[in-house]
Amino acid sequence: MDKISKTVNVIGEAVARYVNEMGRMLLLLIDIIRWSFYPPFRVDLLYQQMERVGVKSALVVVLTGIFTGMVLALQSFHATRKFGAETLVGVTVALSMTRELGPVLTSFMVTGRAGSAMAAEIGSMRITEQIDALFAMAINPIKYLIVPRVLASIIVVPILTAIADFVGIVGGYFMGVTILKINAGAFVANMEKYVELNDIYHGIIKSAVFGLILSVVGCYKGYTATGGAEGVGKATTESVVLAAIVILMANYLLTAAMF
Amino acid sequence: MIEITGLHKSFGEQKVLTGVDLQIPARKSTVILGRSGVGKSVLLKHIIGLVRPDRGRILIDGVDITKLGDTEINEMRKRFGMLFQDAALFDSMTVGANVAFPLYEHTNLKEKEIARIVAQKLEQVGLPGEEGKMPAQLSGGMKRRVGLARALALDPEIVLFDEPTAGLDPPMAEAIEELITQTQQDLGRTFVVITHSIHTAFHVGHKIAMLHEGKIIEEGSPRAFRKSLNPVVQAFLTPGEGKEEQA
Repeated sequence: MDKISKTVNVIGEAVARYVNEMGRMLLLLIDIIRWSFYPPFRVDLLYQQMERVGVKSALVVVLTGIFTGMVLALQSFHATRKFGAETLVGVTVALSMTRELGPVLTSFMVTGRAGSAMAAEIGSMRITEQIDALFAMAINPIKYLIVPRVLASIIVVPILTAIADFVGIVGGYFMGVTILKINAGAFVANMEKYVELNDIYHGIIKSAVFGLILSVVGCYKGYTATGGAEGVGKATTESVVLAAIVILMANYLLTAAMF
Repeated sequence: MIEITGLHKSFGEQKVLTGVDLQIPARKSTVILGRSGVGKSVLLKHIIGLVRPDRGRILIDGVDITKLGDTEINEMRKRFGMLFQDAALFDSMTVGANVAFPLYEHTNLKEKEIARIVAQKLEQVGLPGEEGKMPAQLSGGMKRRVGLARALALDPEIVLFDEPTAGLDPPMAEAIEELITQTQQDLGRTFVVITHSIHTAFHVGHKIAMLHEGKIIEEGSPRAFRKSLNPVVQAFLTPGEGKEEQA
């Protein structure tokens, strides 16, 4: 009986901690929205973050997209060949990339690259009192540090997703048509026939939400970091894991709502 | 003039400030002395509104800052400069950009004018021509000098110092103390210094107050403070004396 009550206690505490953390994150999000509409609007900081989040993540997103497209073509070729439907490889690649893999994998890559960097940078500023210094200089750190990162992520992740979608399809075309010798006309025609603009739009909308999630989680973890260098390391790791989980949960909910 | 009355602050179960009463005179250096971990930094952060008290008032020229909203307190903070314990320089910016930062954020001055002020402030703290260096290239003492230059950039009325000499070797600590004293004399601003160093307290303070167990237990001019009959103050000022006598 004692063991059961201890287990219930541990689970209860974990759930309470998780709910508490989600609540704090929500409060931060409300603050971010409030400060986003409060002048002055710092376009220079926004561009700086768009470069950091976007331009510097572009190569890794291109590589992820191209290899994912190629492996999708390869796998679906082996599956469709069994019933002579190899010409559906193109549409399989395109739909998978635009609806699911493009947004999810891109946001994972940006989480690993930029979301973790946000947690580490802001966490390091927190433990070295640089955030207190901003407050002391009458500058709101949420407006100065967090709003540009979140807005940049919301803008840039959809652009990166569009790039990933495109190179993924190119990778699939290369694998399907050039390597596996599928008829190029049928490959493209089926893609045109079955892929709708809505598939692309919905993927892009999802990626904007993922951009919001990864940046808010990264900034939150950094902003609340405690305990020196070890605390910053912990915040960085936790930001990647938590963002990935929340992105997957949000992906399910958004997919269920949109498609 | 800063007037602190009945200031209480707890973090969870831990009571840090339990009724601080202190008057900080304008255009003088006031030192708040106390052991490490006694709540000096917490008290300092209350003065600039970084921490909100559970109870009590902090009047700055008659305005109770504990009652101000976010916008008003932000305006009030523009009257302050603060040097943090490890300077809290922005490590992604050069020395020049650090000092220029408050000027870019709060003034409409032209680039050339900002560069002139930055050069002047760096010269004032004994680091002329160091604008291009990164904080990582600086020693602890140099970082604090840059921190002071940044704190002075907007010519604030009140400058707060959080343990300005902690962790420095004695000659460097002495140099920073001299810089604080000289700057206060030159500018005639209100300086509030918190420290656990007796040497620093007597070097820079026109007034010394001692924080102990959440309260100010003694305050006065350096001469009066040294003559205090409070046993805690005496034990702090002459550590080990009792042991020597016993031996």
